[in-house]
Amino acid sequence: MAKEAKRIKKGTTEPKEVIVLKDVSKSYSTGAPALNGVSLKVNRGEFVFIVGDSGSGKSTLIKLLLRELLPTEGEIYVNGCDVVHLKRRHIPMFRRNMGVVFQDFRLLKDRNVYDNVAFAQRIIQVPTKEIRRNVPSMLSVVGLAGKYKAKPKQLSGGEQQRVALARALVNNPPILLADEPTGNLDPKNSWEIMKLLEEINKNGTTVLVVTHNREIVNAMQKRVITMKKGIIVSDEEKGGYIDED
Amino acid sequence: MRISTLGYTMKQGFKNIIRNKWFSLASIATIAACLFLFGLFYAVLANFQHIVKTAEEGVSVTVFFDEGLDDARKQEIGELIGKRVEVREYNFISAEEAWEGFKADYFGDYPEYAEGYTENPLANSESYEIYLNDVSMQNALVTYLESLEGIRTVNKSEMTANMLTGVNSMIAYVSIGIIGILLAVSVFLISNTVTIGISVRKEEINIMKYIGATDFFVRSPFVIEGIMIGIIGSLLPLGIIYIIYEKVVIYMGERFSILTGLLNFLPVGEIFSVLTPVALGIGIGIGFFGSFVTVRKHLRV
Repeated sequence: MAKEAKRIKKGTTEPKEVIVLKDVSKSYSTGAPALNGVSLKVNRGEFVFIVGDSGSGKSTLIKLLLRELLPTEGEIYVNGCDVVHLKRRHIPMFRRNMGVVFQDFRLLKDRNVYDNVAFAQRIIQVPTKEIRRNVPSMLSVVGLAGKYKAKPKQLSGGEQQRVALARALVNNPPILLADEPTGNLDPKNSWEIMKLLEEINKNGTTVLVVTHNREIVNAMQKRVITMKKGIIVSDEEKGGYIDED
Repeated sequence: MRISTLGYTMKQGFKNIIRNKWFSLASIATIAACLFLFGLFYAVLANFQHIVKTAEEGVSVTVFFDEGLDDARKQEIGELIGKRVEVREYNFISAEEAWEGFKADYFGDYPEYAEGYTENPLANSESYEIYLNDVSMQNALVTYLESLEGIRTVNKSEMTANMLTGVNSMIAYVSIGIIGILLAVSVFLISNTVTIGISVRKEEINIMKYIGATDFFVRSPFVIEGIMIGIIGSLLPLGIIYIIYEKVVIYMGERFSILTGLLNFLPVGEIFSVLTPVALGIGIGIGFFGSFVTVRKHLRV
């Protein structure tokens, strides 16, 4: 058990494929299955868009990768870790291998920018001295070094998403999951966040972005996985946004 | 856990109180209100019991002997009395002591009236004065004493004993009733307050869990916050009750000085030697379990 925890923590196996889904299905008690026999591989250092309409299964996929949900069937491996058989007490350790950003930013509203980013480091018990060094440096990366004292509500949507990104990345996770990161942003801010994600990817982090943003997907020419009604309908290198019609 | 993490957790616990000041105030007020009622009730109840106990201690049974009974039998009766479980204390009152007592009671201010008596008029009034452990046991003891050979009369205070026994059981029933009501009200108020606090916490806990915080890390600041709220919520009513109690005791002493012998209040120190740990224990317990359970509901993310 301790071995498992250690492996999760260090990701010692360092597989080429950082995300692997094998015939994964997820059904809720009501309605059609949210995912239906999905198989997927994402290699280390890739930048992948996951697109699809509402109800296509994108959010379920993210929740499964975060081990917020368990699949009804199939196998999931993230960074070499068997997510399906992961013990509850090892989930926190597992999640530290992934940075996550959400459409609604999910910042701690009553804490300032510095504390929000430092929080991610507190969780993994980084000494205060190091936190004081790491947080300003990460805030510089996302262009918010001058606003470390501001509370989330004093920031624009784009700035809040940058704080969320800084928090997601400050622990140097090998994978970054972004669930509609530009959903609440205007086009200019959306582009800036995407450029930032691209930059982060160039530095070696595997980036998985769930989005609706057609312009960005088409313009960035990355791998695009399109989902519809719980199945993958297309998976293209340097793909584009497939119209429903 | 690193010392810096421990320090951070403690600090967050204290900061949470300020961050969620309205929730904290509502929780403190709820706990304080419940403990204030509890404390007030306890102070009244403890004094009531004390007054009844004091009255009980004064209740005695007196045993008079048959005329001409020899000293050996009197001593034997004394030993038999001493062996009874109902008996807390018993004293032999000689004829001389009885007469001296009588003189003091009735001729206190005019000792010359007693000078007319050349012989002890209470020569046949040697007795045992018996004090009981519990007045409700009086009848059993009297029946036993009356069955003993050599005993002329057993004097008892039927009315006082019955009344005190009645008061005692009434206090017991009222205590159970009021404590039950107080507990029900406390649980209702506290669960309501906690429910209000959940909406704010739910989001915060979710965020922490997504980032990879352990249950312990998420829970600790909340539990520290809960304990602090519990401590403040119990110290406040303790302070108020302390002030009120002292003032009431002084007021009652001055206003009803005629009843000083009857209204014998417990000193404030004695009340608080019990009330302080109990109130703090309840306050901290409510704070601890309230926060523990509230957070637990949201940890499965």
